[in-house]
Amino acid sequence: MTPAEAALAAPAVAGESYLTHRRGVRSWLFTLDHKRIGIMYLALISACLLLGGVFALVVRLHLWSPGGALVSNDSYNKMFTLHGAVMIFLFVIPGIPSALGNFVLPLQVGAKDVAFPRVNLLSFWLFCAGAVLFVATLVAGGLDTGWTLYPPYSLESSRGLGILLALSGVFLAGFSSILTGVNFIATIHRMRAPGMGWFDLPLFLWALYATGIIQIFATPVLGITVALGFLERLFHLGIFMPEYGGDPVLFQHFFWFYSHPAVYIMILPAMGIVSEVVSVFSRKPIFGYRFIAMSSIAIAVIGFFVWGHHMFVSGQSRWSNLVFSFLTLLVAIPSAIKTFNWLATMYKGAIVLKTPMLYVLSFFAIFGVGGLTGLFLGALATDIPLHDTYFVVAHFHFVMVGAVMIAFLAGLHYWWPKLTGRMYDERTGIASAILVFLGFNLTFIPQFLVGVAGMPRRYATYAARFQGMNRLSTVGAFVLTLGLGFALYGLLASLRRSGARAPANPWGAATLEWSAASPPITENFAVPPLGRRPYDYNGLRKVSDEAGWVGVEEGAR
Amino acid sequence: MSGDAAREARADAAAPSPYLAHHFPSMAAQLETSKLGLWLFLGSEVLFFSGLFTAYGVFRANHWALFHYAHHFLDWRMGALNTVVLVSSNLTAAWSVRSAQLGDRRGLLRNLALTLVLASVFLVVKYFEYSHKLHNGVGWGAACHPSAEILASLPDAARALPVPRDLGVFFSVYYVMTGLHGIHVLVGMGLYLWLLTRASRGHFGAGYYVPVDAVALYWHLVDLIWIFLFPLLYLIG
Amino acid sequence: MRPIVNQPSKHGAGEPAAPHVMSPRALLGTAGALLALTAFTVASSRVNLGEWNVVVALAVACTKATLVALFFMHLRYESRVQAVVVGSAVLFAVLFVAFVVFDTTQYQPDIREAAERIPAKAP
Repeated sequence: MTPAEAALAAPAVAGESYLTHRRGVRSWLFTLDHKRIGIMYLALISACLLLGGVFALVVRLHLWSPGGALVSNDSYNKMFTLHGAVMIFLFVIPGIPSALGNFVLPLQVGAKDVAFPRVNLLSFWLFCAGAVLFVATLVAGGLDTGWTLYPPYSLESSRGLGILLALSGVFLAGFSSILTGVNFIATIHRMRAPGMGWFDLPLFLWALYATGIIQIFATPVLGITVALGFLERLFHLGIFMPEYGGDPVLFQHFFWFYSHPAVYIMILPAMGIVSEVVSVFSRKPIFGYRFIAMSSIAIAVIGFFVWGHHMFVSGQSRWSNLVFSFLTLLVAIPSAIKTFNWLATMYKGAIVLKTPMLYVLSFFAIFGVGGLTGLFLGALATDIPLHDTYFVVAHFHFVMVGAVMIAFLAGLHYWWPKLTGRMYDERTGIASAILVFLGFNLTFIPQFLVGVAGMPRRYATYAARFQGMNRLSTVGAFVLTLGLGFALYGLLASLRRSGARAPANPWGAATLEWSAASPPITENFAVPPLGRRPYDYNGLRKVSDEAGWVGVEEGAR
Repeated sequence: MSGDAAREARADAAAPSPYLAHHFPSMAAQLETSKLGLWLFLGSEVLFFSGLFTAYGVFRANHWALFHYAHHFLDWRMGALNTVVLVSSNLTAAWSVRSAQLGDRRGLLRNLALTLVLASVFLVVKYFEYSHKLHNGVGWGAACHPSAEILASLPDAARALPVPRDLGVFFSVYYVMTGLHGIHVLVGMGLYLWLLTRASRGHFGAGYYVPVDAVALYWHLVDLIWIFLFPLLYLIG
Repeated sequence: MRPIVNQPSKHGAGEPAAPHVMSPRALLGTAGALLALTAFTVASSRVNLGEWNVVVALAVACTKATLVALFFMHLRYESRVQAVVVGSAVLFAVLFVAFVVFDTTQYQPDIREAAERIPAKAP
């Protein structure tokens, strides 16, 4: 290869990167570098995933026997509550935006950092504080209300310190989310590289932009909800508690006005990752770029109009039931548009079956089922018998775990070379993807079946006829755990001194982050880049596995 | 870059302001982006208060008689006085931005100080309102037991009516709405104190006044919330 | 990887409008209008207009809010993005308030019917 190619292809091992720029705990905890903040988020949310996973395994082990195999009924209630609360507030909602988004967004947009680095750091500290409060909830006797925290049960006088700590934790985590959204939207609006118009943005950024809209406009309602709940519990305000003149259905309106858009905070960044990976690993420009971009915004906006589909049996009015059911069916349309465009991207592409792509293929299968089962729940007539059964549990795990977590793993493997400068071992990655897919389906397909058969959710015991399916599900949970273990091992093992180094562009992608070194220097780019077409692979060619891909022009110089 | 932006960037590169953050190409970019960020945050604040307006709306719509009775406990004159105080403080806040933009340091200090003083007046009036009610047993929720004294001070039409059982619900809404607003006023005062300190050290001028603008935008939002609180709580016809 | 050589980005690395300075006349005029509207809303609340009282009060409040936003917060002289942001926030807020209030009014009959049917617990 020419000296120019060699220089470009050489991984930045010898040079300084953001990882080595300054050392010591203080340089990390007080950093303003979005990449370091992203790494810290990644570590913390991974720990939260493990914590939530432990609760999940306790739940699944307990459900090995119809009479409950492991813990008391009371403890079981605490286990599923904490599983849900930790996973939702500390892993699925912040996960992709804060861990991967923080790292990748400024690189993809060609900037040196996000718009407000200090606010970014504040977001991180707020998130840490929220996580600490959740852990304190555990210590203070736990929480057994379900993650949805419905009054009157959750706000009765006999609820101890746990509920107050949990409400405070949610408030802080929510504030963190709002500030992240502010940062992302401002950065995408005002800090794009010269020449990068709106329709030159990578689709991951359209996804983060749409997510930011929801973070900014929906999360504050959660904030006021938990604040009012906190005050109601302490001072008996009479807003939600009927015995003091309040209305408990009002709490559900408040809660779901945020919590439904929240599921789009979870899925939109995941879809953004899928758009990136499916294009790169099909060696084809994304099909229907504008449709995918606009459908992200459409999902974000329509998502604000459907919250009542969580409340069909709550006692809300018939009018609400009708309107929300109808609008819920509408929100499926943009998601379907995306799915068809992704599949069309793969059609006649040169598919590369590496770990990120395997996870994305799993996503297609699982998200398809997850999304379609949402239609059963969105349609009023079918929701009423299915409400509060395991059908609902399976549906949301299909979308939150099977789609979001799997896309998170896809993104983590995809951007791992950029984050760390190392290549993970491909065989371990492939094994993890297969185990996760198999384990996931074994865990949750039986739950659809018992749900339709009538098994209720959030019960510590169940009818004997559901035992077989429950045992399959429990086995599946451990296979899934094994798969995640493989993924964790494969990624961490790459960090050993002897681990393989990654080139700047190992995948042959065309978005801007791949023209920075792996890992990048603190300022991201030695020379501020100009915008380029994000899915145009014509100007790239592969030098070798070790040296990755380079631009045709640059190599020829 | 467009012509203006490129010129700005070159000017800032030649003589960089000490307040130009490393990731912005120019002070103008920094100002515009900071304002966008603040507006996004203010958008979230609007949604934050919307929950309280919802609670207000729900209880007023479904318990109209309760709300109509309860509003007699509020003194509309104190509310109107506070509205005047807050509008004036917003005038001085907006003027402080003008002073900063024109490099008028004394004007800036004067307007910042006036805003701070007017904000404190607002809280003092609030203190009198709250203490009068709380001393007479008019608390929130279950802790609402109006004393004979305060009941006697109500207008004739209200005095004739029995005290509603759920009177505390109105006052829960009242205290939470005005209380949360009051906390925002307190935070605003802290921010204006910070601005005064920096302005007295000469940090702000025509080339750099982002914090003055940003805090003023926040302060105007605080006024906006009060613009709705005042008629909805004090002037229930 | 060729960079895009197309029309200069309108939103590239910061596209500044010359900052607009509010004139004393505009500032005082806005403040005056706000105070006048305050007086009006107080006066109108003392006249019994039935259900229209709250409509008038909200209309006046919206007018005052618009004046504050356009002039004190100089939205009138800013790029459209900020107006879209605050407009969207207001729209979502109105959606939330209006729909929830509407829904609660619709299920009050169900509550009353249940209250008659179910004996009240002794306090």
